[in-house]
Amino acid sequence: MAQPLLEVKDLKVHFETEDGIVQAVDGISYSVGRGHALGIVGESGSGKSVSSMTVMGLTRSSNARISGSIMFDGKDLLAAGEDEMRAVRGGEIAMIFQDPLSSLHPFYKIGDQLVEAHRSHNDVSKARARDRAIEMLGLVGIPDPRKRIDGYPHEFSGGMRQRVMIAMALINDPKLLIADEPTTALDVTVQAQILELIQKLQHELDTAVVMITHDLGVVAEVAEEIAVMYAGRIVEYGSSDTIFSAPEHPYTWGLLKSIPRLDTPRDQELVPIFGRPPSLINKPSGCSFHPRCPYVREAHKKVDPVLEPSGSADTVHKVACLLPSETRRSLWAALRAGETPEAAIEEVPIPEKTLSPSAEGQTGGEVPGP
Amino acid sequence: MASYIARRLLWTILLLLVITAVTFLIFYVLPTADPAAQRAGRDPSPDLINAIRHQLGLDKSLPAQYWDYTKQLFLHFDFGESFINNTSVKSLIFDRLPNTIFLVVGAAIIWFVSGVTIGIVSATRRGSFWDRMLMGGALIAISAPVYWMGLVALYLFSNDIGVWHIFPGAGAYQDAHSFPQKCWTMVMPWCVLAAAFAAIYARLLRSNLLETMSEDYIRTARAKGLPERRVILRHGVRSAITPVITVLGLDIGILMGGAILTETVFNIDGVGRLSYDAIQRGDLATIQGTTIVLAFFVAIMSLVVDILYAFLDPRVRY
Repeated sequence: MAQPLLEVKDLKVHFETEDGIVQAVDGISYSVGRGHALGIVGESGSGKSVSSMTVMGLTRSSNARISGSIMFDGKDLLAAGEDEMRAVRGGEIAMIFQDPLSSLHPFYKIGDQLVEAHRSHNDVSKARARDRAIEMLGLVGIPDPRKRIDGYPHEFSGGMRQRVMIAMALINDPKLLIADEPTTALDVTVQAQILELIQKLQHELDTAVVMITHDLGVVAEVAEEIAVMYAGRIVEYGSSDTIFSAPEHPYTWGLLKSIPRLDTPRDQELVPIFGRPPSLINKPSGCSFHPRCPYVREAHKKVDPVLEPSGSADTVHKVACLLPSETRRSLWAALRAGETPEAAIEEVPIPEKTLSPSAEGQTGGEVPGP
Repeated sequence: MASYIARRLLWTILLLLVITAVTFLIFYVLPTADPAAQRAGRDPSPDLINAIRHQLGLDKSLPAQYWDYTKQLFLHFDFGESFINNTSVKSLIFDRLPNTIFLVVGAAIIWFVSGVTIGIVSATRRGSFWDRMLMGGALIAISAPVYWMGLVALYLFSNDIGVWHIFPGAGAYQDAHSFPQKCWTMVMPWCVLAAAFAAIYARLLRSNLLETMSEDYIRTARAKGLPERRVILRHGVRSAITPVITVLGLDIGILMGGAILTETVFNIDGVGRLSYDAIQRGDLATIQGTTIVLAFFVAIMSLVVDILYAFLDPRVRY
């Protein structure tokens, strides 16, 4: 296989705070090929944003402890100096954010902001940069860009602002676009337009995309592979098809069962994931998801699961779950048929002791905290 | 925009009318020193006082007096006569206004530049040794009364009574004639007047900038790959400085009515010094005149600030 464009290996980002060490990202690995799209899904505080801000070098600070490796196009970004990172940021890797209103400077015309982005990476005249900005605004579907380029952000609607952000991000032909919840602040109809635009540009410009979201529905269209994050780790990784049709992690099930679908009976209730995201300072022992997992067993509170191949037909599919794989598949089959987790447990016996093979020898080994 | 300015101008005129009415009430209706008695000189006869009262129009009804007063004021900029100095208040004020403007504008440049610089340095090195030193110093500058600081400055640095003979002392400004000479004699007054303001501006800018630097658009600026210096100055300070400029306009307006303490300590013949002397001598017409000049400057500066704001923040439209 060719060298992936972005390869993150065992990335850890810990922040020292007065309350303790926040383990925002706790050893994640993923890779994105050129022109490919990866979705990173998880709830707030799962570390999905921190991990991509770290790729951009934006989490560097005196209280951040970052380890692992981030290889981008043959460069080690974690080892890169600030000047080198600045050339990467906005040049080779660009990013768009959740709220397009607050992400654009309110006092500058959008044209000036685009020109600034272009000129900070290219030695071109203002006029040339302006032409390029107009071209990009046209490309992202801003009507009458020649006129609108002199508008201020507050004169644009939410969807148009996000288009401006995308134009600004892509103005330097980046190899990778990181989209951090790009549609969360937008209306549903506008969401679809923005996603379509990102997809279109991804193919036209051959840009790789990392799409970060809490909404599985958003990545379904865009991403070829999906990483599900929980408490700073990837708990399930697989092709988009696998994540939607044959997920094996109870958290992924929770995410899937909590979104409304058109192909399920109308009277079927949505099942929320109970409880709250864990504290990243004092993480739960064993499997971080165990306090919220309906299928928890005593042993799961002690053993920390590792991400390992699930053994399914999808060769990239990996799961970090202590349930035996046959049990997982039976449970999903029951859930998929519309049963509640309680009913599924009644139907599928969950063995008390059996752990997935590689976790077997771990018992009593890495048990963090009480 | 033009209609907004016209509307605001009308309001400003109305405001000034109200202010003249209030000052008129305070100085003419409430029991104070009798202008006629002051005018009459030492040990006057009641007849003389009455004659003067009639001559000055003080025996007319109050509304008639107010009408005369405002007419003079708005048509001729005439604030009446100072009976103590035996000259028109207008000439008294206009003679001294340039000195006050020179003092205030010079000090404003010093405090704005130093306040903003200190604010940026402190905010970008938050929690560092420098931040603590600068903010501690700012607290001292805010807490120290101007007259005390002025006297300490004179005691330490003036070339007559000072421990170190460096700067010209109190009253030197009156004797200076060339522009550089005038500036040199103003160094101490400028710094003393500017100190507290610089400290307030530094703290204001620091807190504004800290807030701004956590905004999403700062993250965007960093994500664009801009150098941190540009992120701070062009994106952060640009936002953080806008409210500071508003305050600057109003502060200058207030001080135009006289930096009383600074002018008194350094014996600068400005509007503030004039007010101080007038209050000491019960010179009603002069007090009234300087009060209205102060009100005029505050009203005008707040208008200027509001108009300026529309240019600084494109989201503001009137």
